Amino acid sequence: MARSVTTQRKIINTAVAWTVGLLIFFPILWTILTSFKTEATAIADPPVFLAFDWTLENYATVLERSDYMRFLWNSVIIAGGSTLLGIIIAVPAAWSMAFVPGPRTKDILLWMLSTKMLPAVGVLYPIYLIFIKLGLLDTRTGLVLVLMLMNLPIIVWMLYTYFREIPVEILEAARMDGAGLKEEILYVLTPMAIPGIASTLLLNFILAWNEAFWTLNLTAAKAAPLTAFIASYSSPEGLFYAKLSAASTMAIAPILILGWFSQKQLVSGLTFGAVK
Amino acid sequence: MTRIKSFHAATAMALVVASGAFADTTVTIATVNNGDMIRMQRLAPEFEAQNPDIRLEWVTLEENVLRQRVTQDIAANGGQFDVMTIGTYEVPIWGQQGWLVSLDDMPEVWDADDLLPAIRDGLTIDGALYAAPFYGESSMVMYRTDLMEKAGLEIPDAPSWDFIKQAAAAMTDTDNGTYGICLRGKAGWGENMAFLTAMANSFGARWFDEDWQPELNGPEWTAAVNFYMDLMTQHGPPGASTNGFNENLSLFQQGKCGMWIDATVAASFVTDPDDSTVADTVGFALAPDTGLGRRGNWLWAWSLAVPAGSDATQEAKTFIQWATSKDYTALVAAKEGWANVPPGTRSSLYENPEYQAAAPWADMTLNSINAADPTDPSVKPVPYTGVQFVAIPEFAGIATQVGQEISAALAGQQSVKEALDKAQALTLDEMEAAGY
Repeated sequence: MARSVTTQRKIINTAVAWTVGLLIFFPILWTILTSFKTEATAIADPPVFLAFDWTLENYATVLERSDYMRFLWNSVIIAGGSTLLGIIIAVPAAWSMAFVPGPRTKDILLWMLSTKMLPAVGVLYPIYLIFIKLGLLDTRTGLVLVLMLMNLPIIVWMLYTYFREIPVEILEAARMDGAGLKEEILYVLTPMAIPGIASTLLLNFILAWNEAFWTLNLTAAKAAPLTAFIASYSSPEGLFYAKLSAASTMAIAPILILGWFSQKQLVSGLTFGAVK
Repeated sequence: MTRIKSFHAATAMALVVASGAFADTTVTIATVNNGDMIRMQRLAPEFEAQNPDIRLEWVTLEENVLRQRVTQDIAANGGQFDVMTIGTYEVPIWGQQGWLVSLDDMPEVWDADDLLPAIRDGLTIDGALYAAPFYGESSMVMYRTDLMEKAGLEIPDAPSWDFIKQAAAAMTDTDNGTYGICLRGKAGWGENMAFLTAMANSFGARWFDEDWQPELNGPEWTAAVNFYMDLMTQHGPPGASTNGFNENLSLFQQGKCGMWIDATVAASFVTDPDDSTVADTVGFALAPDTGLGRRGNWLWAWSLAVPAGSDATQEAKTFIQWATSKDYTALVAAKEGWANVPPGTRSSLYENPEYQAAAPWADMTLNSINAADPTDPSVKPVPYTGVQFVAIPEFAGIATQVGQEISAALAGQQSVKEALDKAQALTLDEMEAAGY
C-alpha cells in the first residue's frame, strides 16, 4: 500500500514537474518554431503548431542583414568579462564577510542588496554623462564595468552564502599549517567552494548575457551585443515575427546550449546548502 | 641608389595609402526596422562605393527604443550618432532646441522644391529645413471590395464618417469572425491617440485653444470619441483595446476586417499576396470627414537629420543627400521595382507613370498627404503644429496618459465622459506644471 502511494505520488510529481517545465519552456519553443515559419504562417489564425512548411529563409535573411558574429562576440566579451571581473572582486569581499565578520557586516550586505532595488533607469542619466566624459560610450570596457557593478551584489551574496557553509575550522587548520591569506583563499577555500563559484559564474553569465537595459542604452554600433541584435528586428510597422523569432533564437541559442551542458552544476550550486 | 629611391617611393606611397585609410570617416546611422529603412541599409554599399572615404555603421532599433536612445544622446550631447531617423513630431521640437543641423545648404541638384509641401512644412522651422524626409505617410481607409459589394454599398473616394458607420454595420458578420471595422485601441500617443487626434480634427476638435487651454471634454472631442466607441463596440473586433498597427494588420491580412483606417504604408502589406489572404480584394479611400472641411487623416514622415553633436556633419549630409534623392528612388526602382520605392516625399514620384502603374494606391496616398496640413490641422485655429500630435515636448507623456483613459473606456472600465474628464484634468495639470 505504502509502495503504491509512493508510486502514485511519484507519477503526480513527475506530471506536475513536466507541466510546469513545459509551461515555462513553451514561449521559447514557440519562438523557435516560429523562426522556421513564413511570415504569413507566423500570424496564421488558428496558430499552426508543427504542420507547416519548414523554412530556413528567416535565418538566411537575418544572417544576410546583420553581422551576427560581431554581436555574438560582443556578448561573449561583455558577459564573460563582467562575470570574471565580478568574481575576482567578490571572492575576497565574500571571504571577509563570511569568515571575519564585523559588527556592520549584515548592514553592508543589506546595503549592497538595496542597490538592486533602485530601478536602473534612475541612474541612467548620470551614468550616461559619466560615460561621455570617460569616453566609454559604445565600448565593451564600459559595459563590462557597468554589468559587473550591477551584478556584483548578487555575486557577493551568492558567494557569501556558499562560504558560510564551509566550516571555519578547516580554514583555521590551514592557517595553523602555515597558509597565508592568499594560500588560504586560493588553495583551501576556492576548491571547496567550486560548485558555488561555478554556479555563481554561470548564473551571472546568463544574467549579463540577457541584460537588455544597459546594453541597449550604452551602445550604438561597435559594442552592441545580442540584445541589440534582437531589438533591431522589432518593427512598429510591419509583421516580421518570423524574422524576429529567428533573431531571438540565434541570440538565445548559445546560452541555451551552455545552460544545457552545465545544468548539473547550476542545480547543485543553486541548491547548495538547501537541504541540511 | 635606385633601390634606395624605390624604397623611399614605396614608403611615401605606403604613407599616402595609410593616411588615406586613416582619413576615412565613419558615419553612424540610427534607424528603425521598417521595410524602407532596411532596404536603404541593403543598398548602402552603393553609397560607400561612390564615397570611398565614408564608412557607414548602422544601429537599428525598435521605434520607442530608438526615440529614447536618440533623445538621450542628443540631450546629453553624446555624439554617438551622425544621422538620426526621426519623425515629424521630433523635428520641430529638436530644431527649436538647436539640437539639429540645418539642411538649408543642400545642393540644388537635391531639389528641395520637389518635396511635397505638406511634408516639407512639417520639417521646417522658421523657414529652415531641419530634416530630409525619407518616406512619408498619411492614413486612409483600406477596405474589402468583396465585402463592400456583398453589403450592396459603394464607397465614395472621400467618404463621410456616417458612411463608414453604415458600411461597418453592413459588413459585420460576427458568426464568421468578420468585423466591419478595425481601428487602433492600444494606448499610446503614437497608437490610439494618433488615430483619435486625427479623427477628432475632422469632428472640429482640437487639443488646445489659442491660449493653450485643453478642450478634451468639450463637445467636439466628446462627439468624436463617442462615435469611435460606438463603431468599435458594435462593429469592431473583440479585445480591440489592445490592438495597434501590427495587430490590426494581422487581422486585416487574415480577412477579419471589413475596413481598416490606418497608415498608407500598410497598402503595400495588405496587397502583398505572400502575406495577405485578401491581397486581391483591397480598395482604398480617403480618410472620412464630417463635412467640416478637415478629414481624419494624419501626416507623418520618417526623416533623416544630423544632430548638432555630430563630428562628421558634412559626411552625414552627403549620406542624407544620397538617401533622400531622386537618384536613390531610381536605384530602388532598378533593383527592387517601383512598388518598393520610399513613398510620400517627392512630387516627381507621383508624376511618374511607372510608379503609378506599380502602386495602385499612389494617388490615394498623395491625396491623403495633401489633405493634411500640419500648420492648420483642425477646423478652428490652434497654437501648435502637428496633425495627429501637438509638437511640444510635453505631448508624448500627456497623450499617452489620455490614450490609457480612452483605452480603458474601450475596454469597458469607464464611460467616455469619465475618460474625457480625467483626460482634461490631467492635461490641465501637466500643462500648468510645464508653465503654459
